[in-house]
Amino acid sequence: MIRRELDNEEPDRLYTVTRGRSLADEPDLDLVTLVVAAAEPAPGMQSEHARILRVCRTPVALVELSADLGMPVGVVKILLSDLLRANKITARHPSSSTRARTQLPDAATLKKVLVGLHKL
Amino acid sequence: MDSTSSEPRTPLASTAAEGLKIVIVGGFGVGKTTMVRAVSEIRPLSTEETMTQAGVGVDDPSAVDGKTTTTVAFDFGRISLNEQMVLYLFGAPGQERFWFLWDRLFSGTLGAVVLVDTRRLADSWYAIDRLEHHRTPFIVARNNFPDASHSIDSVREALSLPADVPLIDCDARDRTSVKQVLITLVDHLYALSTAREAVSS
Repeated sequence: MIRRELDNEEPDRLYTVTRGRSLADEPDLDLVTLVVAAAEPAPGMQSEHARILRVCRTPVALVELSADLGMPVGVVKILLSDLLRANKITARHPSSSTRARTQLPDAATLKKVLVGLHKL
Repeated sequence: MDSTSSEPRTPLASTAAEGLKIVIVGGFGVGKTTMVRAVSEIRPLSTEETMTQAGVGVDDPSAVDGKTTTTVAFDFGRISLNEQMVLYLFGAPGQERFWFLWDRLFSGTLGAVVLVDTRRLADSWYAIDRLEHHRTPFIVARNNFPDASHSIDSVREALSLPADVPLIDCDARDRTSVKQVLITLVDHLYALSTAREAVSS
């Protein structure tokens, strides 16, 4: 597989993208939160925001966006938070986000996962 | 259009609503990405996360402000289970220096597969210890390299694995074999979950 060299990314560019905001964890956004565009890219929009809106015409997981944009997960979280606040995207959160960390998923969910895996 | 992605890939169904996670843990070169590739509907993707941690007990001369920043790269793939559910498989580095990643990056995971290479069993001790500590349910899969000579029982012993943790052989390159690994994990989770629901009802 082809690995992009994220290590060579200029820190300055990522700093600019987030306008210097820190990579504070956005607790509501998980790696597998699915993002869907609720608006078309508009002229004058920050290019990364416009790009996310183009990619997310169908649902895309945060982690896939991170790979697509070639940006760390934390930077993508910040960009998505902007778009969420502006109502340009909607987010479909995993139900695990409401589960206590030592709590197992319910049996009904696991049953569906098993059915899906058997079909592979 | 500006693009760093190399090829278009199958989009998720418009009805996709629920992302799920399974983490594959193992030492360097044990076959985590191979395993993801064997069952993923997309070519495995790679990305990274930057983690900042307080520099307590961290011997790093670059930690001038008492914090260190570590960049952790990981691979992942996905399986659409049905119209709503999408399972993401993450290949996670098992090394000790990534301990602080467990909590944050892979929180909410259904469970974990510890992929082991019998020639380097010690590489898995730390990962197993962390999973037990976090009470993340897991199974162990031995990637059966052609020269694997140890019996599966001796592997259980060497890993001090409790009897109720499933341990199986697999071929990380083979789709059917990896599918069986995932089914074994979810069967295990299902058994744990129904047992707990029975107790609490």
